Amino acid sequence: MDITFILISVAKIIGLVFLTILPMVAYSVWAERRVSALIQDRVGPNRVGIPFTKIRLAGLGQPIADGIKFLLKEDFTPSHVRKGYYWLAPALTMVPALLTCAVLPFGSELFGIKMVIADLSVGPLFIFAIASLSVYGIVLAGWASNSKYPFLGGVRSSSQMISYEISLGLSIVPILMIFGQLNLSDIVMEQARNGWALLPLWGDRLSLKGFLLFIPIFISFVIFTTSMFAETNRLPFDLPECETELVAGYHTEYSSMKFALFFLGEYAAMIIGSGLAVTLFLGGWSLPFGWLVPEDGASVPFWMGALHILSFLGKVVAFILFFIWVRWSLPRFRYDQLMRLGWVFFFEIALFNILLTAGILLFVK
Amino acid sequence: MPPAATDEKKPTAETPAVPMVNVQIDGQWYQFPKGTRMIEACRQVGKDVPHYCYHPKLTSPGNCRMCLVEMGMPPRLAPGQEPEKDGEGHQPIQWIPRPAIACANTVAENMGIRTDSELTRGCRHGVMELLLINHPLDCPICDQAGECRLQEFSVEHGTGGSRFREQKVKKPKNVDIGPRIRLDDERCIMCSRCVRFTDEIADDPVLGFTERGSHTVLAVHPGHELANNYSLNTVDICPVGALTSNDFRFQMRVWFLKETKSICTDCGRGCNTLIGSREGRVYRQTPRENNDVNSAWMCDHGRLNFHYLDSELRLSAPLVKDEGVHKESTWPKAIQRAATALKAHGGSEIAVVVSSRMTNEELFMAKRLIDTLGAEHVATVPRAGEPDAYLIAADKNPNTQGARLILGLEGDLAAGLDSVRRGVADGRIKAVVTLQEDLLTPEAGFDAQTLDGLEALVVLHLLANPTAQMASVVLPGAGFAEKRGSMINVTGRLQRLNKATEPFGQSLDDWEILRDLIQAIGGGNGIYLIEDVFKQLAAGVEEFEGLTLSKIGDLGVPLIETGETVPLLERERERIAKGQIVG
Amino acid sequence: MAIVVKRPKLSFWEKLYLPGIIKGLGITLRHFFLSLTGKTKVSMQYPEEKWDSHLPEYYRGAPALVTDEQGRERCVACQLCEFICPPRAITIHPEEIPSEDKWAKVEKRPQEFEIDMIRCIYCGLCEEVCPEQAIFLRKEYAFTGLKREDMVHNKKRLYEIGGVREGLVNKWNELK
Repeated sequence: MDITFILISVAKIIGLVFLTILPMVAYSVWAERRVSALIQDRVGPNRVGIPFTKIRLAGLGQPIADGIKFLLKEDFTPSHVRKGYYWLAPALTMVPALLTCAVLPFGSELFGIKMVIADLSVGPLFIFAIASLSVYGIVLAGWASNSKYPFLGGVRSSSQMISYEISLGLSIVPILMIFGQLNLSDIVMEQARNGWALLPLWGDRLSLKGFLLFIPIFISFVIFTTSMFAETNRLPFDLPECETELVAGYHTEYSSMKFALFFLGEYAAMIIGSGLAVTLFLGGWSLPFGWLVPEDGASVPFWMGALHILSFLGKVVAFILFFIWVRWSLPRFRYDQLMRLGWVFFFEIALFNILLTAGILLFVK
Repeated sequence: MPPAATDEKKPTAETPAVPMVNVQIDGQWYQFPKGTRMIEACRQVGKDVPHYCYHPKLTSPGNCRMCLVEMGMPPRLAPGQEPEKDGEGHQPIQWIPRPAIACANTVAENMGIRTDSELTRGCRHGVMELLLINHPLDCPICDQAGECRLQEFSVEHGTGGSRFREQKVKKPKNVDIGPRIRLDDERCIMCSRCVRFTDEIADDPVLGFTERGSHTVLAVHPGHELANNYSLNTVDICPVGALTSNDFRFQMRVWFLKETKSICTDCGRGCNTLIGSREGRVYRQTPRENNDVNSAWMCDHGRLNFHYLDSELRLSAPLVKDEGVHKESTWPKAIQRAATALKAHGGSEIAVVVSSRMTNEELFMAKRLIDTLGAEHVATVPRAGEPDAYLIAADKNPNTQGARLILGLEGDLAAGLDSVRRGVADGRIKAVVTLQEDLLTPEAGFDAQTLDGLEALVVLHLLANPTAQMASVVLPGAGFAEKRGSMINVTGRLQRLNKATEPFGQSLDDWEILRDLIQAIGGGNGIYLIEDVFKQLAAGVEEFEGLTLSKIGDLGVPLIETGETVPLLERERERIAKGQIVG
Repeated sequence: MAIVVKRPKLSFWEKLYLPGIIKGLGITLRHFFLSLTGKTKVSMQYPEEKWDSHLPEYYRGAPALVTDEQGRERCVACQLCEFICPPRAITIHPEEIPSEDKWAKVEKRPQEFEIDMIRCIYCGLCEEVCPEQAIFLRKEYAFTGLKREDMVHNKKRLYEIGGVREGLVNKWNELK
C-alpha cells in the first residue's frame, strides 16, 4: 500500500464522512423538524441564525446550537447501569452506520480518482455485514441500562432488525442477478449507460426484457425501502423507542452526547440507507437518459465529476425528504403487525420475486 | 364484621353475675348484659350512633338529642295471656312511634333498636338542622375543623343546606375564660360536656350555662376562671370549636398532623398520649384512652411540656471544647474525644450520672457503658414532687422503676447522688459522664466550682444547659418525641414511646450515641436496631424476660408490683359501679 | 363482563393498506405545500406576538391572593389550599390578628403565604377549594428568576399580582 493511496483514501474519508455525511445528519434533523412543522401547519425552528445578530437564516443555526447543547449537558451515568457496556452502546450504533458508506460510489471520478472510498467487489454484502452490527448497540444499550423500558426496547429492536434484515437482503438479490455482479461502482456505471433500474428508458434496457424486469425491480424497491424504514427504526416502525409505550425505548437512560450519538446514528443510518437505495435503484451518481456518461478509460473533466457528486447528493436528499414525509404521515404499527408484515408478506414476496426475476432472465431474450 | 347473631358470649365471660338480655339491633339479635346503655350496645356491634353530649367517662344528661333512635318493646300482655314467640324464642317487637335517646337508656329484654330507620334518620336530620341554625360559618378559621363532630355529622346526617333566612343570634366570641383556654360561644352547641367534666372529674365547677333559649351561652362563673391543671381536657372533649387551646390556636390545621401513639414523660404516671406532628415539628399532645393509667385525661402541665423540643437551646451538632471554647465537631471525632478522656481514668475516678428520664433501652446501654468503664460511682437524680388527687405522681421522673431495675440501684437514690457530689467535691472523682441530666439544677445540686475541677466532663443532653457549657465533650441526644423505647411508670406498667419526629439537626438517638461510645472505649459489637437492644435487655434483666418491644403494645403491660394506685381511676371505678357512667 | 368489539369488515383495497397510505401521504403533502407557500398560517411567533389581550376570564395563570373592596385581605389562612395543592407548592404560616386591628373579628390571617412557582402546576384546585374566595388564578403566566428563591412568591408579591377583587361574597360584613 503506497503512501499516496493512503492519503487519497484519508482525503476521501474526511470529505465524505466528516464534511458531507455528518453535516447532512445534523441538517436532516433540522429538515425533519422544519418539514414536520410545515406538514402540521406549524413553523418549526426558524430563529437560530448567526449569533448576536438579527440574521435568522430560517433557523439554519439550530443544528449547531443543538450540538453545542448536547456537548455541554451533564453526561449523567445512572448508578444502576453496567458501565462498560453502557458506554460502548452509543459508539456501537454510530460506528457501523458510518462504516457502511465506505463502499458507496458517491461520484464518477474527480482528478482521475474514483469517487468511492473502497471499491470492493462485494459491496452490498459488506454493507449488510456491517449494518447488522448496529443491532448490538441497541441491544447493549437496552441491557446495560438495567431498567425495564430500555430492556423492552432492546428486545423489540433486536427481533425487529433481525427479521427485516432477511427481507432486506432477499430484496436486492434480483438486482444483483440482473446486473450480474456485486461491485457497486460497476452497477452504477451499468445503470448510467443502460437505464436506471427503476427507469429503463434508454440504452439496452429500453426493450421488452427491460420492461418485464421492471416488475420484479419495482417489487424489490418497495420491499427494500420498507425494510430500510424498519432497519433504521423510523416511524412507522419505530417500536424500539415507541415513546407512548416505552418512554424512549433503549436510550431512556442516556443523556448528553451519548444520547446524541444514538440520535445521530439513526439519521446516519437513514442517510446511508438512502445512499444504498439510490445506488441500487436510481442510478447512483448518474444523470438520467444517459447524459454525460464518462467513456471507458477516458478522463472525466472536473465539472462533470462534480456534477455527478451533486447528482448523487441530490438524489439522497430527495430520498431523505421521502423518509421524513413518510414519518409524519403514517401511524406506528402494532408489534404483531410489524412481525406479520416482515415474516408473512415481505419474506415470501421477496423469495417469489427472485424466482420471477430468474424466470424472466432465463426465458426472455 | 359484627359478631354473629345471639353469639355475643364475651360479656358473659367477663361479667358472669350480670344477667344477659336479648336485643334486636337493625334486625339482628344480640345478647348484652343487663344495664348496658343502648348507645354502647349499638357501638359494640358496629352500629355507631352519632352523639354530642354523651361521653362514656361522664354522666349522660341526654341534652343534645343527636343519639335519638327508634325503639321497640314486646307487646304488653293482658293478664293470663301467653307471649307469642318465634322459632328462636323472641317475641314480636312493637315499635314505639316516638324516638328514644340511646345514651341514657339501657337495654331491656326483647328490646328492638333501629339505628337506620326512616324515623331515626329524620330525627338526626332535624337535630342537625336546628344545631346549625345559629352556628357561624367559622370553619376556615376554627381550629376544630377537621376533627369537628358537627362537621362530620353534618356531612353524614345533615341536609346540606339551610332553610334559615333570619339573622343568626350574636354571641360573645374569642372570650378569655382561663389562662390556657379560649371560648367562642357562637360555636357552642350546649352539649355540656365541659360543664360536666369540670364538675365531675376536675372538681372545679366553674363553667355553666346562662341566658335562655337560643340565647343560651356557656360562661365561666363571675370572678372565677377555668384555670385548673386539667382544663385542656375540655378542649379535647368539646365536640365543636367552642373551646380551643391557646397553645395550639392557629398553629396547624389538624388534618396535617401525623398522630403518633406515645406516652407523656412529665411525671411517673406515664399518661398515654397522641403526639401530633408535622414535618419534624411537634404541635400538640392529646391524651389517649388507657383505663389502667390515665382514663381519657391528662394534666395541662404534661400536655404542654414539649416546647423545649424545638427551643433555641436545642443542640444541633456534637461539640468539643478546645482551649476553653466549644467548637462544632463531627460524631466520630466527638465520640473518640469522649472515649479518650474517659479511658484515661480508672473506674474509681469515674462517675456516671444517669437520668431516670431515659428509656429502658437507653438505661441498658448506660449500664453497659458503666460496666465497660468500670465506673464505681453511679447515681440518678431523684425528683420528688407534690402529687395531686388525680393523675400527677409524686415521682417526677418518668422511669425511676426502670432505672432501679436495670442499673440495679437500691435504697435511697438521693444518698447515691450525694456520694457522687461529695466525691466530685473532694477530688476523688475526676471524670463525670452525665446522661440527659443537667448537674447544675437544684435537684441535682452540684455547683459550678466543683465541676470546674473535673478533668473530663462528658455531657449527653438535648439542650445547651449550664452543665453543657462546662463540658469537655457535648453529645446532642434526642427528645422524648424523637425516639422509640419503653419506660416503667410508678404503678409498674411497662409502656412504649414512639418516634414522632426525627432527632433535631445532627443529634442522634441516645442509645446510638451510647453504643458508639462503648465501641470507642473498646467493648462490644454494634447493635443496629432498638429492637435488638430490647432483646438483649430482655435477656439480661429478669423482669423483662419474654418481652419484645412490639409485645408491649399500645397500652403497655403490667411488669412489676409497686402497690401504687391512681386516685382518678379509683373514683372512676366507683362511679362505674354506681352506674353513673359507662367508663 | 368483557365487551366484544366487532371488527369492521375490510374490503380488499382496505386490507391492502396501500391506498390508505397513499391517501395519507397525499394529505400531508398538501399541507406541506400549503404551509410552504404561506397559504395556511396557524402558529403565533410568541415573544413578538402575544395572545394576552384575548385571554378569557377563566384563564389559569399564576395563583394570587386578592383583597376586597374594603382593603381586607380575604385569606384567613385556613390552609385548605396548602392541603389540596397536588405538587405542595403552597406554604402558609398562620397568625392571630391582633385585637387592635380593624379586622380583629376575623381572628386569623396568614403571616406568610408562599407559592413556589417552580412547583405550581396551574391546576386551579386552590381557587376551587378556597372557602373565602381569597385565591384566584390570574392572567400572569410568564415568570423567570435566576435563583430558586426568586421563583417563590411571597405574600406581598401575591397581593401585587392579585390586586383588588370586587363583588365577592362578604361573610365578614358589619353584621358579623
